[in-house]
Amino acid sequence: MSDRDPKLPGLLDGLVSVIRRDVYLAWRRPGDVLNPLFFFAIVSTLFPLAVGPDADQLALNGPGVLWVAALLAALLSLNSLFLNDYEDGTLEQLLLSPQPLPLLALAKAIAHWLVSGLPLVLVSPLVAMSFQMPARSTAVMMLTLTLGTVSLSLLGSIAAGLTVGLNRGNALLSLLVLPLAMPVLIFGARTVSLAAAGDVTSAGVYFLGAYCMLTLTLAPFATAAALRISNE
Amino acid sequence: MWTFLHKLSSPPHFYDLAAKMIPWFAAASLLLIGYGTVAGLFFAPPDYQQKDAFRIIYVHVPAAYLSMMAYVVMAVSAGIGLIWRMKLAHAVAAGAAPVGAWFTFLALATGSIWGRPMWGTWWEWGDPRLTSELILLFLYFGYMALRAAIDDTARADRASAVLALVGAVNVPIIHFSVEWWSSLHQGPTLVRAGGPAIEPVMLWPLLAMILGFMLLFAALLLGRVRTEVLFRERRSRWVRKLVYPEEPA
Amino acid sequence: MAELSGQALTLLRGDRCLFQGLEFALKSGELLTVEGPNGSGKTTMLRAIAGLIDPDEGMVRWNNTNVKHIRQAFHANLVWMAHRPGFKGDLTLIENLRFESGLRTMTMSVAEHQLVRLGVATLTDIPFRALSAGQQRRVALARLILADAPLWLMDEPFTNLDAAGQDLVIEVLQEHLRDGGMCVMATHRRFELDAPAHRIRLP
Repeated sequence: MSDRDPKLPGLLDGLVSVIRRDVYLAWRRPGDVLNPLFFFAIVSTLFPLAVGPDADQLALNGPGVLWVAALLAALLSLNSLFLNDYEDGTLEQLLLSPQPLPLLALAKAIAHWLVSGLPLVLVSPLVAMSFQMPARSTAVMMLTLTLGTVSLSLLGSIAAGLTVGLNRGNALLSLLVLPLAMPVLIFGARTVSLAAAGDVTSAGVYFLGAYCMLTLTLAPFATAAALRISNE
Repeated sequence: MWTFLHKLSSPPHFYDLAAKMIPWFAAASLLLIGYGTVAGLFFAPPDYQQKDAFRIIYVHVPAAYLSMMAYVVMAVSAGIGLIWRMKLAHAVAAGAAPVGAWFTFLALATGSIWGRPMWGTWWEWGDPRLTSELILLFLYFGYMALRAAIDDTARADRASAVLALVGAVNVPIIHFSVEWWSSLHQGPTLVRAGGPAIEPVMLWPLLAMILGFMLLFAALLLGRVRTEVLFRERRSRWVRKLVYPEEPA
Repeated sequence: MAELSGQALTLLRGDRCLFQGLEFALKSGELLTVEGPNGSGKTTMLRAIAGLIDPDEGMVRWNNTNVKHIRQAFHANLVWMAHRPGFKGDLTLIENLRFESGLRTMTMSVAEHQLVRLGVATLTDIPFRALSAGQQRRVALARLILADAPLWLMDEPFTNLDAAGQDLVIEVLQEHLRDGGMCVMATHRRFELDAPAHRIRLP
């Protein structure tokens, strides 16, 4: 056995392996998926309870509340993105694998979205209905939520990488992610409001699409750098 | 030229050089701020719309510019420290953050005070500039909180550098988003296609204040970085010589 | 013929200098043991060799190229065995090993035979966390054997293993070295091996 370049699994193999493993692990522990979802539902319920059942007011503020609830729910599950891997040593193994680390970071973020963001998007029409939001805004809402939650998973993975293993990392993670997530929130919520009012929504959708592309391409590298720094 | 820069990046040389530079920056800054304040308060005529209330721009605008400039300095030096592994660059980033945060706070406070007679409220969410400044303050807090949470200085340097760079990419996006979100602010007073929209007699004190604030920032930054350097190098020989000069080598 | 070497390796941790000016050269078939009391920096040195930590001075070379420049290729040639098992507790050991084959080259065809030899073949259907510490170590050994990598980095491999387990480690290592592999091991246990062995002692 001498030094040779063994026939390595390809990039796609690496990506799919990590996504499959994380999704499978979440399947084994449904709490991981359901907790943020329940949180989303409960927070969305708090709103009418606190503000009153006036249908017009609910419909007016619905997009904003929905989006804030989605943002907070996404944050809730970010802390554990790398924590389990850090504690059982699998993160170290990922750092030392032949696969490029940004690819693995991308895989983790995608898996995180599949487990926390996607269920949110699927449940959102129910919440929108409870807020008396008009049906014409549903499609835009789901589209913006999809683009937004993907961006959040990617942005959040950077912050999760920076804070993995720190005490009180959870609160710090929120402090780091929230200011960066504001563009997504602004465009997401306002675009849904515009859709509800029947206005043109292309500006917001294009922005969210562009931002999603930006995070998809750049965040994995930042996350990889963060993970290396945190594991020194 | 390269030897000068190389010398500058060495902590003991920087420590001495900065000590010499600070009084000059401080004195120049004092002169400019002094002139700007006096001219702005007494010589510039009252604005025909806002009367005397506008005078707060002589503090608000420079503070806002500096809050953003400080972030750029912080992000650039953090990037240099991360890529070229220069310890001094990390010290500069660490020193710039609190100063930048204070300028941001000053901009917010003066912005709020300025807004009161104009808008009738202490805070106006509809003003995109003010909201952007608030988010900038949170970015500073995040940076400082991350630094504080990590015990190992080297790891803190590098982690916060990544954060600063990610933030730097996001700052223009945040500005753009908030602008899109609303529009109430009176629009840029200085940088506009047809030239500045305010009269020269009002403009000169403003420019003097901006320059004065820049020099003030430089003086404060150099002071903080000196302290940072002293702390980071506390075990090294040159620091020991500073503290115990009579000690035999 | 592969070679791992280190030149002028220096590492500082905070204010402590863990080691300075360390040199070593390791060829195929050879073993390097890093010895020293607890807290002397054995694990840190191993992490520096793996590339998890950047040394403050000096460099690690794989076949005469700085590993920093060929990171992925270097990782393709090494396997890491550390304190923590590095497997997911909720997955079975077979699922865990199968996952590894998505990251690196694993010779899964001999997996069954090796698992029998390591004494964990009957445990393939229960979650990994249900295994004892010693059994988990053996599965980590399986990863080393199945991975197609010449360089083994082992951090205190004898921990948590009974006498039979420890003999297994030596046996497996012996085979690996005989096949042309190499190993850097942090340990404070002395053992006999039929292979050229170098030793670094950290103060």
